[in-house]
Amino acid sequence: MSYIALSEKDKREMLARIGIASTEDLFACLPPAVRLNRPLNLPPALSEPELVRHMEGLAARNTYGDFNSFLGAGVYAHFIPSVVDSLSARTEFVTPYTPYQPEVSQGTLQSIFEYQSLICQLTGLDVANASLYDGAMAAAEAVLMARRVTNRKKILIARSLHPQYRETIRTYTRNIGLTLEEIGFGECGGLLTAELESKLGPDVAGVIVQSPNFFGVVEDLAKFAALAHGHKALFITAVAEAVSLGLLEAPGKLGADIVCGEGQSFGLTPAFGGPYLGFMGCAKDYLRQLPGRIAGITKDVDGKRGFVLTLATREQHIRREKATSNICTNQAWCALRATMFLETLGHDGLREMAAQNLHKARYAADRLSKIPGVKLRFSGAFFNEFVLELPRPAASVTAALQAKSILGGLALRPFYPEMDRALLVCVTEVKTKACIDALAAVLEEVLR
Amino acid sequence: MIREPLIFEISDKGKRAFGLPKLDVPEAAGALAGLPVRAEIEDFPQVSEVELVRHFTRLSQQNYCLDVGFYPLGSCTMKYNPKVNEKVAALPGFNSAHPYAPLDTVQGCLEVIKRLEDCLCEIAGLDAFTLQPSAGAQGELTGMMLVRAYLEKQGNPRKSVLMPDSAHGTNPSSAHLCGYTVQEIKSNARGMVDLEELDRRMNGDVAALMLTNPNTLGVFESDICRIAEIVHAKGGLLYMDGANMNALTGMVRPGDMGVDVLHINLHKTFSTPHGGGGPGSGPVGVKRILEPFLPVPIVEKNGGSFGLNFARPDSIGRVRGFYGNFLVMVKALAYILALGPQGMREIAEVAVLNSNYIRKSLEGVYHLQYDDATMHEVVFDDKFQKDARGITNLDIAKRLIDYGVHPPTISFPLIVHGALMIEPTETESKRDLDDFIATMKTIAREAEETPGVLKDAPHHSYVRRLDETAAARNPIVKWERPKTP
Repeated sequence: MSYIALSEKDKREMLARIGIASTEDLFACLPPAVRLNRPLNLPPALSEPELVRHMEGLAARNTYGDFNSFLGAGVYAHFIPSVVDSLSARTEFVTPYTPYQPEVSQGTLQSIFEYQSLICQLTGLDVANASLYDGAMAAAEAVLMARRVTNRKKILIARSLHPQYRETIRTYTRNIGLTLEEIGFGECGGLLTAELESKLGPDVAGVIVQSPNFFGVVEDLAKFAALAHGHKALFITAVAEAVSLGLLEAPGKLGADIVCGEGQSFGLTPAFGGPYLGFMGCAKDYLRQLPGRIAGITKDVDGKRGFVLTLATREQHIRREKATSNICTNQAWCALRATMFLETLGHDGLREMAAQNLHKARYAADRLSKIPGVKLRFSGAFFNEFVLELPRPAASVTAALQAKSILGGLALRPFYPEMDRALLVCVTEVKTKACIDALAAVLEEVLR
Repeated sequence: MIREPLIFEISDKGKRAFGLPKLDVPEAAGALAGLPVRAEIEDFPQVSEVELVRHFTRLSQQNYCLDVGFYPLGSCTMKYNPKVNEKVAALPGFNSAHPYAPLDTVQGCLEVIKRLEDCLCEIAGLDAFTLQPSAGAQGELTGMMLVRAYLEKQGNPRKSVLMPDSAHGTNPSSAHLCGYTVQEIKSNARGMVDLEELDRRMNGDVAALMLTNPNTLGVFESDICRIAEIVHAKGGLLYMDGANMNALTGMVRPGDMGVDVLHINLHKTFSTPHGGGGPGSGPVGVKRILEPFLPVPIVEKNGGSFGLNFARPDSIGRVRGFYGNFLVMVKALAYILALGPQGMREIAEVAVLNSNYIRKSLEGVYHLQYDDATMHEVVFDDKFQKDARGITNLDIAKRLIDYGVHPPTISFPLIVHGALMIEPTETESKRDLDDFIATMKTIAREAEETPGVLKDAPHHSYVRRLDETAAARNPIVKWERPKTP
């Protein structure tokens, strides 16, 4: 298959205009010693029917879709309304680039502006950027931002923050002299207040806490924010399950200075890890320290309202090594899908979705914790995920469940070595009562 | 044209475009106890489905896009995005796969990753690739972290990174985030790396040279092998920014030219759509010496099945969640499989032909600061028009909009004042190239005869020239309900 639009005649005419005999002349600048004098060792070209068959074959090697799955842990299966797929597939949204020329990019720019507004409404913050790569990278950027704002060198990180967010923060900060210290969790599954108090001090730039945390437990953000502010540290809230914002109080209203999170829940498929989108907002005092692109309102020469990318003096193409971040391209199309998703669900739809997640997870937790030998690991109130303590190592139980077409959740031992028998179970609105009852019945059978 | 309101301005309480099935489990009594529940989401939109559909359809119509016409945005490689790639990336088998799924249930995904890595190794002449970085800038950061980890392991991470003054802004920014100071080397009179200057500046404190090749002028750094020698002789590594790989596919391989670490952009060379500014994907390829430091996990083939290896003690760690922008990888793999070896070579051949055709046709009409041979893109500037009538590259860009063409990249690279950076890519037809050339000539004539038309451009867009200064001076970055008196 070729996507070239030139005929042989076109090529001849073009070569004549340039005044050369062959395209080879255009590559005379390449050092002959290193020219590739053989065809690339790649599979032979496929026609479209062959390609489709081939890729369908690869997709069919994934059997995940055949299972009744209760996996969550930062990636959530939510219903995606048809209008999201239909509208986001419009080529006018898919095939342009970053709106560098605002006069011909008002569609993208206005939708970014709506996206920023929605994120502000959900998080309770004054400003939001146009998106970052994903939740883990947004958490790293939030930590870097806290350092820039406070000029301090230590970050306190909840151990109940998603393990991949913690790893990404570690990678992003390892070369710039930032100290990271973890704060543990208690029997309720929430952050240990006493440990936070003891580790806070004048050297702490920020405290980052996820809510609902990796175990699904909703944290007491207001309390932790007040403690952080008592030491003039910034309080960062990470949100991995963004649908929770439909029901739970906005972190910004509870004292968060920066909110970062994963927007996958808003209309993006699990897709083996991406593309997703990182969202990020902050209090307006820190607007000029926010990383990433930002759309704003202005007027054209006729006084008509229009949208542009703004505050570019924070960014790498202007400030180079002094920029707030090295990010250039973000996840615009994913943010567009999130915007469509949120505007389709609307106020009542998002609240309804969030409420169903909560009720279904409660039902599942009640049902599962009645199985002999099974109990809830934590006592704290949760949103749509919870940790079960099983009578045997969780990995052996998930394997037994898988043999019966159920993926019961995520065994936590690889992430928390002391939690050998812990299983993280996620229940979203797409799980019917029958799915949940099937999990309960099979788990009981497997444990018998 | 009608003005499309913000969704918040057409929102009305109680309207809905979505509903869930009735809750099929009993509502837990006191389910909300102990939770900080919000009373409402203030000002959150409420619209009907038809209003929503019209809203976004109209917004889409305010965008110029590649499928409508020529998009010669230099250094962004706006090539045609094949439709079949979208189709295969939408397959449910890929989309439903949870990234924490047991590996035996996601073998197809792991195979996609491994096969794309293998193809990229062959195309780039390198030994290993990571597909984890989300975009070019994150690829640069990852690549520089690999450099640093390697040098650290040798005992000294070194202090600085060299780069030409023509480098993309993400280069200095990424190197800085990696803990290095940035040292610019001034380009020589031909806009290229000055070997003597490089030799003088390269020393035991320099970790790497970051080089874009072809550089941001579209000129191939022909001394690349000598450059690599100079850097390697002092124990440094050669980083290549592969933003411009479209000029080289199948012709020459970075690994063969002495490059140690390279990032490429799947959304440029490998045709995945730009999506209005992402998602992209910025894979990083390395020589064997850097392989132990790649981000975790690594996809490995063991016998007939694929697995993930996390046990890599020298790894820099992860730079984001999971394995990267997976669906972007699906599209890139489909593209490579569709093209095959000959098709990959044809990319470079025709991209360079198209670019040189434009250059030849517009030489003398627009000023060229450097006259070296260019490859996939050409950087003209506004000198003729500015000297004669005070017309800038911005005016020219805005006037192009009136003629239904997306403007080229302007004001970059920084070493060319008033730059107009034109990259046609290999997928344009001669007819579209000829139209563009004719339009650029018309605009040059207008600049001469009726400069006011350019100063006021665009005239035929949905909005006219926007006041970007005002937007930055008084930033309004979210909708707020107008205060009622």
